[in-house]
Amino acid sequence: MIPAGSVIAAGAAIAALGFCAAVRAQEATPPDILVKNVMLEVADIIRNDKDIQSGDRKKVIALIETKVVPHFNFASMTASAVGNSWGKANPQQKARLTDEFRTLMVRTYASAIAIAAYKDQKLDFRPLRAKPTDTDVTVNVRVLQSGAAPVRIDYDMEKTARGWKVWDVRVADISLTANYRTEFANIVRDSGIDGLIKALEAKNKSGGRPATAATAEKKR
Amino acid sequence: MAEAGLGLRARALLTALALALASGCATTNGDPRDPLEGFNRSMYSFNDAFDEAIGRPVATAYKTVIPEPVRGWVRNFFGNIDDVFIGVNNMLQGKILDGWTDWVRFAFNTTIGIVGINDVASDMGLEKHNEDFGQTFGRWGARDGAYLVWPFIGPSTVRDTAGGFLDWYFDPVGRHEPSGVRTFARLLRATGKRADLLDASRILEEAALDKYVFQRDAHLQRRRGLIFDGNPPRERSSHVREEPRADATPENAEAPARVQLPIADRVFEEPAAQAVPTQREGVEHESRTPADHAAVLAAGRSEP
Repeated sequence: MIPAGSVIAAGAAIAALGFCAAVRAQEATPPDILVKNVMLEVADIIRNDKDIQSGDRKKVIALIETKVVPHFNFASMTASAVGNSWGKANPQQKARLTDEFRTLMVRTYASAIAIAAYKDQKLDFRPLRAKPTDTDVTVNVRVLQSGAAPVRIDYDMEKTARGWKVWDVRVADISLTANYRTEFANIVRDSGIDGLIKALEAKNKSGGRPATAATAEKKR
Repeated sequence: MAEAGLGLRARALLTALALALASGCATTNGDPRDPLEGFNRSMYSFNDAFDEAIGRPVATAYKTVIPEPVRGWVRNFFGNIDDVFIGVNNMLQGKILDGWTDWVRFAFNTTIGIVGINDVASDMGLEKHNEDFGQTFGRWGARDGAYLVWPFIGPSTVRDTAGGFLDWYFDPVGRHEPSGVRTFARLLRATGKRADLLDASRILEEAALDKYVFQRDAHLQRRRGLIFDGNPPRERSSHVREEPRADATPENAEAPARVQLPIADRVFEEPAAQAVPTQREGVEHESRTPADHAAVLAAGRSEP
């Protein structure tokens, strides 16, 4: 309850993304093995990198770009976050939306990883429940910590020509794409797809500073 | 240092409250889950101002001054007390084994764990749960009701407000005498909780375009997940299949040039022409709108 719950969840949701990283993805790598390898590899790199631990943001971004990003399908992710309006966007708009959303995600994970670097947590990889023919699966991982209930991380993954790709992450049951959907829908309703692109651009340019209460109020 | 600015902060806080109440009712997006958005936004602004003036500085000071092992003891001590009613709520929801686990946890941690400051039960594999009366009502079939933001307490709903009242009523800490110790315990618990959220709240600030909406949606999703213990009935899937873009492939990610780019700029320029053939393959594979997709890529590449 308390204000805490939701803040922590939102933060954790994004933080969890940071864990996902890369193994040279042969197409055949099953999704659960992929997630496990990547998470362990990234955790290992963070554990052994003094620069990352002391908050070297450039290095964190590089880590995300090489290890995590290749396993995300940002086009699907953006489509899911934008929701109904996605179909109304033209190809150029889709490309720009995906670009901006990707930047927002990478930047946010970078902060999350920097924080995760200090945490001593155990990962519990759950067995995958899926048929071999499935092209849409959910890989479940739990973060175990002393003194608190385990935090679930669910990676929604799709099979593509380039291997399994993450299109949504749910941490503590908060779907990252679903969480942006209302925000994005509000902006699209008020100022169209281009308005959303502008809003994301402004957000990214601001260096991640939050839209202030004043900006939010102006909306209506 | 924190005390010096407290008077000033209190005044800023009052101003913020007045402003929030004056302006709050203007904003509404007509979300059916949030009919009181105007009021809620006022309360949100107030809480935000309070947090900035008092909550965050105090929590930061606490985190700076008190070393982690001690903060862990505080966290575990109050968490252990919570386990009693977490067990009650699991029992009320018919999860007898979980409820039993909670009480066994309490027994072990209170004794072997020394009044609960060590979570030895977790080390034994007895996992902690997250339950409260709001979740129990939800499990019994009560809907969320309207979303509500309370001053100092934060996001809630009509159902969870009712549940929260019972949580508060049965809270062992709240029944402790004398009142001086009780107040100290409550403040310490609140400070510790806020301190644990310092990092998470910073991420929230970085991620959200409209913090109010972001926090509300996260809260509602989180509560739904908690009520169903992580297995909520799946809503209509939002999955839209789009071809992964060329910049998301491992081969390209290896290109060091992209990795080295400063963060302030776009960190992900489209890779050079070599990516094109790979992408063509992708287009053949079960793409919904291949022509459209090629255009997307073209557009992306031609951008400055």
